Amino acid sequence: MRELGLEDHFAEGCEGAENTAARFELCQQLWDKLKTDTEALQDELNRKVLDSLLDLTRKCSTTRQHSDWASKMRASEIPTAALVLGVNVPDHDMTFQSLSELLQQSVTPHVASVQAKECGTLKHLMKRVLERLTGTAVDDEEEEEEGAEQTSTPLHKSSHCSLSTLCDWYNAKARKSSTGTPGKKRSSPTKDEHQQPPVVIIFKDLEAFNPRVLQNFILICSLYIERLPLMFIFGIATSPSTIQHMLPHSVSSLLCIELFQSLSCTQHLATVIDKLILTPQFPFKLNGKVMQVLISIFLYHDFSVRNFIKGVQLALLEHFHSQPLSVLCCKKKQALLNVTQLGHLDLERVRQLPSFKRYVERQEHQEQVSLLTDDGHLKEVCQRLIKDLRKYHKNYYPVLRCLHTLTSSLPRYPLGKQIRELHLICLEKNVSENEDYQSAMKLLKMLAKDELITLLQRCADILQSVKSKKMRTAHVQLEELLAKFKQLDSVETAPVVEENITSPVRNLQKKTDLFQLQKTLLEMNESRRSKKLSPFEVLRNDALEFIDGLVKSHLCPPESQTLNEACYYSSSATVRRHLNAAPRTSIQAALRTPYYYIQNDSLKTEDGSVSNAAPDICIAYKLHLECGRLINLFDWLEAYATVVSAAEGNDPDSDDYGKVDEVKHSRSSARFIQAVSELEFLGFIKSTKQKTDHVARLTWGGC
Amino acid sequence: MTALLQHPGYEDESLQRVAEQLPCREAQSAVLLSLMGQPQQYSYPSIFIYGHRASGKSHVMHVLLRELELPHATLSCVECVSGALLFERVLLSLFGHEAAALLPRSASLSDFVRVYRQQCSLSPAEQTRFIVTELLRDADANLLPALLRLQELVEDNVTVVLLSEIAWDKFRPNTGCFEPLLLHFPDYSKGELQQILSQDRHPSYSADFYSSYINILLGVFYSVCRDLRELRHLAALNFSKFCEPVAEGKVKETDTHKLWRNIEPHLKKAMQTVYLREVSSLQWEQMQQMEEKETGVVRGLSAHTHIELPYYSKFLLIAAYLASYNPARTDKRFFLKHHGKIKKTNFLKKNEKTSNHLLGPKPFPLDRLLAIFYSVVDNRVAPTASIFSQISSLVTLQLLAQVSHEDQLDAPKYKCAVSMDFICAISRTVNFDIVKYLYDFL
Repeated sequence: MRELGLEDHFAEGCEGAENTAARFELCQQLWDKLKTDTEALQDELNRKVLDSLLDLTRKCSTTRQHSDWASKMRASEIPTAALVLGVNVPDHDMTFQSLSELLQQSVTPHVASVQAKECGTLKHLMKRVLERLTGTAVDDEEEEEEGAEQTSTPLHKSSHCSLSTLCDWYNAKARKSSTGTPGKKRSSPTKDEHQQPPVVIIFKDLEAFNPRVLQNFILICSLYIERLPLMFIFGIATSPSTIQHMLPHSVSSLLCIELFQSLSCTQHLATVIDKLILTPQFPFKLNGKVMQVLISIFLYHDFSVRNFIKGVQLALLEHFHSQPLSVLCCKKKQALLNVTQLGHLDLERVRQLPSFKRYVERQEHQEQVSLLTDDGHLKEVCQRLIKDLRKYHKNYYPVLRCLHTLTSSLPRYPLGKQIRELHLICLEKNVSENEDYQSAMKLLKMLAKDELITLLQRCADILQSVKSKKMRTAHVQLEELLAKFKQLDSVETAPVVEENITSPVRNLQKKTDLFQLQKTLLEMNESRRSKKLSPFEVLRNDALEFIDGLVKSHLCPPESQTLNEACYYSSSATVRRHLNAAPRTSIQAALRTPYYYIQNDSLKTEDGSVSNAAPDICIAYKLHLECGRLINLFDWLEAYATVVSAAEGNDPDSDDYGKVDEVKHSRSSARFIQAVSELEFLGFIKSTKQKTDHVARLTWGGC
Repeated sequence: MTALLQHPGYEDESLQRVAEQLPCREAQSAVLLSLMGQPQQYSYPSIFIYGHRASGKSHVMHVLLRELELPHATLSCVECVSGALLFERVLLSLFGHEAAALLPRSASLSDFVRVYRQQCSLSPAEQTRFIVTELLRDADANLLPALLRLQELVEDNVTVVLLSEIAWDKFRPNTGCFEPLLLHFPDYSKGELQQILSQDRHPSYSADFYSSYINILLGVFYSVCRDLRELRHLAALNFSKFCEPVAEGKVKETDTHKLWRNIEPHLKKAMQTVYLREVSSLQWEQMQQMEEKETGVVRGLSAHTHIELPYYSKFLLIAAYLASYNPARTDKRFFLKHHGKIKKTNFLKKNEKTSNHLLGPKPFPLDRLLAIFYSVVDNRVAPTASIFSQISSLVTLQLLAQVSHEDQLDAPKYKCAVSMDFICAISRTVNFDIVKYLYDFL
């Protein structure tokens, strides 16, 4: 049922209504895949940290049973894991989710996670912890004030929010489980160690907690540590030294803190891009501008991978919503099938595509006519073009990776340190025309032999795994080149005799004339420059030419590909508007063009002026734009009254007007005062003492 | 020492046990015993014990009450967030669950007194009942005077023992109250510490060996730390290293000099890291095991100060720092292109001669922060919602502090809460020379 509702929303205002269902389904499929993939990826990335955390909890549950001297001396400390996660707070939820799931599966059923915003006071913190651990609602003194009459039931009495309640509960649990399985207990002695599963309390955002509350809570917990195997996990966004800032020595000495550092968010993003964006498996693509917007939001604003994925989701949805040809944005087989089902209208849309127009122009006249008139022929061509597009993607990514491996270690990073930067360059325009590319190639020529060989070897490894005909041949060629390099090693031990250089030097010794000397020196210089290349240099140039050839043929921008509009989402403005909202711009848009929001036809104007039927504040705003730094209130009021009375159909020159409709006048000035105070509230003007009856304008530009 | 702890009304045997468990606190326990009198005798209504951390206050009380099997309730004001919780605890441990259940929700003091009287008429006290509580300064104002004269209020043989690290003067309500008996627990002397620490010896080593170890330990740490708990923690951590040569058979247990030579550098190192809890005890142990390889030294908590921030957050923080440490008048000088030549002396006011960095950060309004932000960031930034949300996330990360109340939506005020070193590191990553913009360094 819910699905249906979603689909209805999707179909609403959708471009090209015929195939909305198919597009919606495709969109759903892709999003589901994207979601599961990112989640799996995140789990994998966090695996190491989470595993060591789990180890710690296991260890602290087992060491408690040990009666060895050292651990007995340490028994009063609460084991604590400080998990440093980075400032991308929105991403942490998922990490903590999987952490508590893992803990519950493998170590202990008693896990409670708390957030700062729900624990303003010690009582609330205690209550949350108890609630989450025991799974029941603990009664609160504030709640019961509302229903004071019913409080006479003494049943709830014993469950006050305190750790002793928790202790009792824990002991009851432990007793139940030990009496429940008496047979098993004897059979496996290792089971005894897990008899006391620790009670884990996760503080998701340590920084936001009130330090007093946290200190008191830790103090209380330390009173119970002998009876209750407690353990803390602190989620830290900034740096571990926050613990020292928040907790005094007397409190932090009660903790046995171990530090865990999770992967930095930039690395996380790099992996997500690497695994999800730079792969031909995922038919939906982002063009350079959209990609740029998403990445800059990440780098400049939030560092949040989750928000990045949200941005991709938005682009995905917008693409399928607004582009009717997005039915072709799917797996190859289905795409070919969908081509055959395209209606006449869709085929017309194909003909309108800029990339297709360019394609048509390249064809011969006969072909052009049939492409533009014969639907059946167009479908066949489309199938071929879609296959071409797929091939392009299949070759693009491996070559991109190769180029990245070659250039990412060059000094000053001419083509960027990260593969995403290179990808952006390639999406923008032909990379081989790029100046940085030329300089990168020059730098590559200066590499030492073994460096070059290792880089080429890595490229060969990348190409090896690709299942495409062209890439396979490229791999073979590269392997051949590499083999030649290795042969060089054995051959080059014999030094090449440089005869032509030695001869002028020998001549030099005979001549004493200055002019002659100069001449010979120039000659020497020249001969050195045009010196015969060593076999290594020849081979190196071959290899680099080969790479250059690969880049030129496979790394052309997607805009050059026919039918790229079906797979590439290009409206960066939409993404920016949705993800990086500018409140002031929208306020100004609303004031300037009220039609945009109110959608009342009478407000529609052509030249950007405000109709006089617009809301008062819009008129006042419009008038204030025409003023200087200081605005005379009376003049403003006069101008306003003129506009408004014109709207009410009064002719200022008529006889009626001369009588001065007192009521009307006072009403309009009241409306004006309200509009002005609204503008003041929005921060466009403020009162000033510089001049009587004037207000100061606070924004500039526009008019 | 047993001679000190003779008191009529208690069995010698249990007194003996008490004496064994309370080394170096004989005098105090004797005073307490004489105050308590015989079990059935009424005792003084309230006793206030104070002394530093880990000077044995609660330990002495617990041992006395437990070993002499007196009815008592032990609680802590940290835990009892409300008076009701405290009352419930007292009733629970003195009279059992039924009594505690009689208290209404959010019980007041008079409820407590009523229930207490009712209960003690059912089971009159044969022995003095004791209520031991650790006191906090910010506890309920009415609670303390009531506890002090609880005996009078409930008309029962009950004594309240208050424990605190702070002297009585700080607690005395200005309205006056019943004065408790004051009892001070002095700090342990070096010899006493030695005696107490030597008690928890390792089972597989002789007592002499352990006490020589404690002697060395105290020699190093006594000058910086006299807290028994900390010392015990340090002793436990470093002992394995100390007995390493013995376990390997290189040195005999009696060869203290060699052992001292072996352990001293370790203790010095521990003083820098473990004592400050820079490194947790677990990591310290791992470090000691790894030490032979001398590989990657575990870094302490404060070594990790680097924070990765989004680009604009860095600039917001820089702008906040500038706004906090520069006087607002000087903004014109720093951020206007044609500010003319204003010398520092020209706008130096008398009271501004002191460095702003010594005075600490000053609050600034949001407008000023944004104005500085837009002028320091090198490219044009649209005032988007995410810029504003970054400000509030900087507040939650405790890099900025909101000075005005959270309810004040209009023109909120902030302070920058990061250090000079931190901001320098941040501005270095974005190639911004912050020192050029700071008034103090002009």
